[in-house]
Amino acid sequence: MTEIGLGHYLTLAAIIFAIGVVGIFLNRKNVIIILMSIELILVAVNINLVSFSIYLQDLTGQVFAMFILTVAAAEAAVGLAIIVAYYKNKGSIHVEQISSLKG
Amino acid sequence: MLVHALFFYFFSTIAVFSAIMVTISRNTVYSVFFLILVFASVSALFIMIGAEFLGMIMLIVYVGAVAVLFLFVVMMLNVTEQKNQQSSRKGFFNFISVGSIVGAIIFLELLVVIGGWKYKGNFISLSSINFNSDISNTHALGNVLYTDYIHLFQISGMILLVAMIGAITLTFRRRENVKRQDYFNQIKRERAESVTLVEVESGKGVTFDD
Repeated sequence: MTEIGLGHYLTLAAIIFAIGVVGIFLNRKNVIIILMSIELILVAVNINLVSFSIYLQDLTGQVFAMFILTVAAAEAAVGLAIIVAYYKNKGSIHVEQISSLKG
Repeated sequence: MLVHALFFYFFSTIAVFSAIMVTISRNTVYSVFFLILVFASVSALFIMIGAEFLGMIMLIVYVGAVAVLFLFVVMMLNVTEQKNQQSSRKGFFNFISVGSIVGAIIFLELLVVIGGWKYKGNFISLSSINFNSDISNTHALGNVLYTDYIHLFQISGMILLVAMIGAITLTFRRRENVKRQDYFNQIKRERAESVTLVEVESGKGVTFDD
């Protein structure tokens, strides 16, 4: 219990990952919370990479965690830009009303 | 070791609680604040296990840039007015069964992977984390990042550039009836097409098109 090992960190990452996935499913309010859930998932992956990097004494995991950080920032910027453009056109970002692609 | 365990449980409890609050909070602004709390706790965990550079970068990038971007967008778009609509609750309960089943399955799969894999219980050198070694985590990371991974590093810079241009293009709006500089037309303009010599007859005057 007092010995914190790799398993503890991996379990924490698994919990946060699952919360992110469930957040995508449960959210029916607006798209921004879906983007935040994706950020949660990326954070969970980062926890995995960093804890394995420390565990294996190999810096590659931390380097790739940095790349994931970069991609997450880019993804947030582009996603929010899309949301802003959509809001300008439609006047709402309610998830249930976004159905233009249904055909 | 006991202190390490206490801090781990402290930060991870805060992280999990705030992650749950991000998804179920009704006000989007509160969700953003809880997201900031998740990032801060996770970066504290990173610093705790010896990845201090990544923890600090995480604070700067996530809390300083991404979360503030989310806050700006949430406050610009005025999404909080929808929070009292009945349909949002209805959708919540429609999808809670499927969502929790999928989430539980993913979590159990990950637990099976973690639990079924043979690994030593402790970090290899947790007792002698980089604190007293002569080369810091940032130094070591820089040594690797600028030699072995230089191409990936530059490609990630390209990704950021493309994302920046994409975001600007997506939200760019060309306004009507605003005079703008048009460099090409201004520079390529010549004397012949902009100046004309008009012979004015006396007593009649001249009329121009524009």
